[in-house]
Amino acid sequence: MRLLMVFLTGALFSAGLMISGMINPAKVIGFLDIFGDWDPSLAFVMALAVLVYGIGLRFVLKRPKPLFEASFSLPKGSVIDRKLVSGAILFGIGWGLVGLCPGPAIAALGAAPGQAAIFVVAMLAGMLATRMLQRS
Amino acid sequence: MHDYIAASIGGILIGAAALLLMASHGKIMGISGIVSRLLPPLASDWQWRLAFVAGIIAAPLAWRAVSGPMPAIEISASTPMLIIAGAIVGLGTTLGNGCTSGHGVCGVSRLSKRSLVATGLFMASAIVTVTISKQLLGN
Repeated sequence: MRLLMVFLTGALFSAGLMISGMINPAKVIGFLDIFGDWDPSLAFVMALAVLVYGIGLRFVLKRPKPLFEASFSLPKGSVIDRKLVSGAILFGIGWGLVGLCPGPAIAALGAAPGQAAIFVVAMLAGMLATRMLQRS
Repeated sequence: MHDYIAASIGGILIGAAALLLMASHGKIMGISGIVSRLLPPLASDWQWRLAFVAGIIAAPLAWRAVSGPMPAIEISASTPMLIIAGAIVGLGTTLGNGCTSGHGVCGVSRLSKRSLVATGLFMASAIVTVTISKQLLGN
């Protein structure tokens, strides 16, 4: 039951990526190309998602606990360290090079495998390598 | 459907999914973190992570079965570029603890200082990257 719920939540997220156009790398690059032929429409994806989550979260967090877990896990850190800064900058470079970030890349696996699969395998390798380096 | 309306509806669905995950499991909907902890060393709470990822992949398959035409997915990058960019995204999101969903949507909504900084930085570096490759290199 609880896993079916998360499965459907993932599908809802994915539907949002498809309907909004976030799943299309060409459109994402058009959104990032603010000095060229700029397509600002994807700004509405983030704006509306932030609005819905920002407002809804106030109500969700008023509940004593989530439906299936003992407590809410909210990141508490507020330290801006070199890892965060360099990681974010690197992520932006990779995102800008192809137009895929992790969510849409995984959704694209179900829509147009081939190229998306190459990207996702490389992404998983990058994640794995970084995790191993961080542990050593 | 007009692009702006489609983008807004999509954004509402993404925000709703993030809310559902918090309401049901108390977790932040950050895709890079959900996925990376499915890699070794496997997180003890891998079941919900895998179910979530399966849902992301299943939606386009269901969409194709029900409605037929898929939304456009145009990737102009070459294979070597896909590999390089994928690896950099994997490295960057793991090092920076998040991507567009975790930092960009969830963190920004919560006004998390780390997420606001991360989102500003990855938006800026993505814009610079696209500007260099499109405007200067003419790709």
